[in-house]
Amino acid sequence: MNPGSPLHLLVALLAAPLLGGIIARIKAIAAGRHGAPLRQPYFDLMRLARKGEVRGKGTTILFVAGTLVTLAGALLAIALTPLGRFPALLSFPGDVIAALSVLGLGRFFTIVAAMDTGSSFEGLGASREAFFSALAEPATFIVFAALARATGTVSLSGLLAGLPPAMWHSQAPALFLAAAALLILLLAENSRIPFDDPTTHLELTMIHEVMVLDHSGPGLATVLYGAALKLWLFTSWLAALLVPKTASPWIGTLWTVGTILGVTVLVGITESTMARLRLLRVPQLLLSAAALAAVAFLLVL
Amino acid sequence: MMDTLLILLLLIDLRLLVTSRLNSAIHWAGAQGLLLGLLALNNAGLHAGFGATLLIALTIGSKGFVFPWLLLRALRSTGGHREVEPYVSANLSLLLGMVLLGISYWLGDRLALPGIEKGSLLVGVAFFSILTGFLLIIARKKAIMQVLGFLVLENGIYLFGTGLAPHTPLFVELAVLLDLLVAVFVMGITLFQITQEFDHMDTDQFHHLKE
Repeated sequence: MNPGSPLHLLVALLAAPLLGGIIARIKAIAAGRHGAPLRQPYFDLMRLARKGEVRGKGTTILFVAGTLVTLAGALLAIALTPLGRFPALLSFPGDVIAALSVLGLGRFFTIVAAMDTGSSFEGLGASREAFFSALAEPATFIVFAALARATGTVSLSGLLAGLPPAMWHSQAPALFLAAAALLILLLAENSRIPFDDPTTHLELTMIHEVMVLDHSGPGLATVLYGAALKLWLFTSWLAALLVPKTASPWIGTLWTVGTILGVTVLVGITESTMARLRLLRVPQLLLSAAALAAVAFLLVL
Repeated sequence: MMDTLLILLLLIDLRLLVTSRLNSAIHWAGAQGLLLGLLALNNAGLHAGFGATLLIALTIGSKGFVFPWLLLRALRSTGGHREVEPYVSANLSLLLGMVLLGISYWLGDRLALPGIEKGSLLVGVAFFSILTGFLLIIARKKAIMQVLGFLVLENGIYLFGTGLAPHTPLFVELAVLLDLLVAVFVMGITLFQITQEFDHMDTDQFHHLKE
């Protein structure tokens, strides 16, 4: 095993909540406020972890499984994803499908946990989540299919280990389209603003947030931490696509981490400047992402 | 450069399939005309003759500015209603568009045409523009979208022309452009007459017309 392999998991575990802090800070600056400190998500997690947990009387083991499987799914997907030039902790041919599947499994358990509470309100969020993810997941697969075709490998460690700069010359339009599609999917999958607003609690517009309303204390901390890891995962995918291969693995990794922070800033700017989409327009944007990915796939065919 | 322009043309086709506002659709079709002119300019290179330069200037002028202007004027004269009102919803149109894109790409890949290098996107994108034009014509209610569909279709044919026959006589190309100009002009007047007579331009309701 490469000594640099566990690095991604360590960095992600430590730094993932920071991304949420950066986005919140950028939104605050754009609104003319000073904003909470960047460490605020860590404080929130620690505060929640210290609290007691209240569970609904009707809930079963599935309610707890929802939080844990989602977190485990995100962790496993990060373990499969390389950081910079260091290969991933786990790697086998076709692991890209495994990574997307465990994310899907996590989502399934989040939905089941939401239904387990028996609240019609959470069922509504679960239904929306299921519908939108049915559109977002094929699009993600098409993006990775295009990348697999361009790089000739079917393992995340090969796909995302940094594309050779020559490819950015010959395949630039396809890579650009794939990156654009991945950015849209990043916003959708992490319930960021044009799709969903993680800060709102208005029943008509919530998608993801409504499914975790009944969680409290350590359970809610698990959910938030899982969401932070998922955001890190998607930004690291996009960063790996954008950063070309460099000679030294350490410099490549530093570039990747820098790009992850850059993508986070971009997400923050998007959130500050865009309004939420009408719920009816959400499928359209997801389909557009799928169309962009499909065009990218045709271009590398 | 050529590929980038072709991909932009293709993306505009997809955008036209989902757009829900008539004026934004007209602007996008205008942008497509403009890109088409740039593509022809890129093909002709720096050593284009007087005829080719004139043709490109006329293409950019008519497809990029005159047609959108005529259509926007027609739209303004109808007043109010700016929704596209599709028979086939935007989402389904986009899905259909992706299928059409696959078919066009396959056709473009299979069809060996003289003067076009193997693996060029040009034939595929041209086919896709033509098919998108057809889809817009049959899947939208408003008469103005049918004019736009016709323009997109013609853009596809023009694209074919730039790749297939770079040495078509100037005279023929000019005549085609002039025909198109007259067609759009006449359609603009027809649109105006339709809205004057019926207070809308919903072709769906023409079924109720009786003698």
